[in-house]
Amino acid sequence: MRASHKQRGFIAAMIHRIAGIALAVFLPLHFLALATALNGAKGLESFLQVTRQPLVQFAEFGIVVALAAHLALGLRVLAIEFFDFREKTLVALSACAAAICAVGLIFVLNSG
Amino acid sequence: MSISRMLDVDVWRGTETGKFQLFSIPRREHQTVLDVVTEIQRDHDATLSYRFACRVGMCGSCAMVVNGRPRWTCRARVNEVVRDGERLRLEPLRNFTVVKDLAVEMTQFFEKWQQARGYFEPGPQPGNDFAVVPPSTPERQAADAGIECINCGVCYSACDVVAWDKDYLGPAALNRAWTLANDVRDKGNAERLKAVSHASGCHACHTHMSCTQFCPKAIAPTYSIAGLKRAVLRRNLGFTR
Repeated sequence: MRASHKQRGFIAAMIHRIAGIALAVFLPLHFLALATALNGAKGLESFLQVTRQPLVQFAEFGIVVALAAHLALGLRVLAIEFFDFREKTLVALSACAAAICAVGLIFVLNSG
Repeated sequence: MSISRMLDVDVWRGTETGKFQLFSIPRREHQTVLDVVTEIQRDHDATLSYRFACRVGMCGSCAMVVNGRPRWTCRARVNEVVRDGERLRLEPLRNFTVVKDLAVEMTQFFEKWQQARGYFEPGPQPGNDFAVVPPSTPERQAADAGIECINCGVCYSACDVVAWDKDYLGPAALNRAWTLANDVRDKGNAERLKAVSHASGCHACHTHMSCTQFCPKAIAPTYSIAGLKRAVLRRNLGFTR
């Protein structure tokens, strides 16, 4: 592995990008789910039944964490690019990680 | 100077294709990586090709990939790079065409400085007297932050975007453009910002920060490139200096 690929900045960029891809894959499915409502409550309800399965709920958790990761790491990049934010990378990424964990925890606590 | 033990060194031999050759040389106190390469060339294999000049971190000609990391070799001591018993692994800089062994072709690197208009533009009517540029002004401080670049190519070698897009101008050229964008005497900024804002210009940077992490002169090209992005945006929105 290249030394540059072990750097915090690269790892953060990869997580940012993979989370973005996950969201891009999720969004069409999300809109398809919403579209089931157009065919009446029955269609939507049968879909919602599927979403109550543990595996789907776990996937939901994953997508919420991906959204939090993409948002937090995206805000970091915007801060660097638009506000000339001279970060201490470890501190900035630790703050991002804390925010991502907090969102994941809130989701878990509220899904019970 | 004491010779306490031997150091095994894998050195890249060849061009784009080739193989590593193992040398064993005496480990010496305060020995730099460049000392190692020089000793191999002088005492073991005179056909080894590499490049150096000043040996004191000024000329930027001795950069190589040392154990996976691009770095200048004249100021990198062996004991900072490897622990006792570990091997030293020397390769030519990545993202450059290898001429032979550890020497790379840097023409494209310097052409990109030209493409980024990384040169001073005095304008049609240069001033008759010295320009007074107070060191405390924000523009001068922004230029100062990037001005010490020695063109070693470490940032260019570490950059993933250069590896993905051969036309990407690279951290060094963009950093140079940023220092000039902050030179209040310069009259070529409109053209410069146009030159750095194409698809393979400053906006292609993904903020991986490898350039900033590895720059031996502690310059932060990532922030210079971010500055260019802001300057281009300001200009496109009509807020010009």
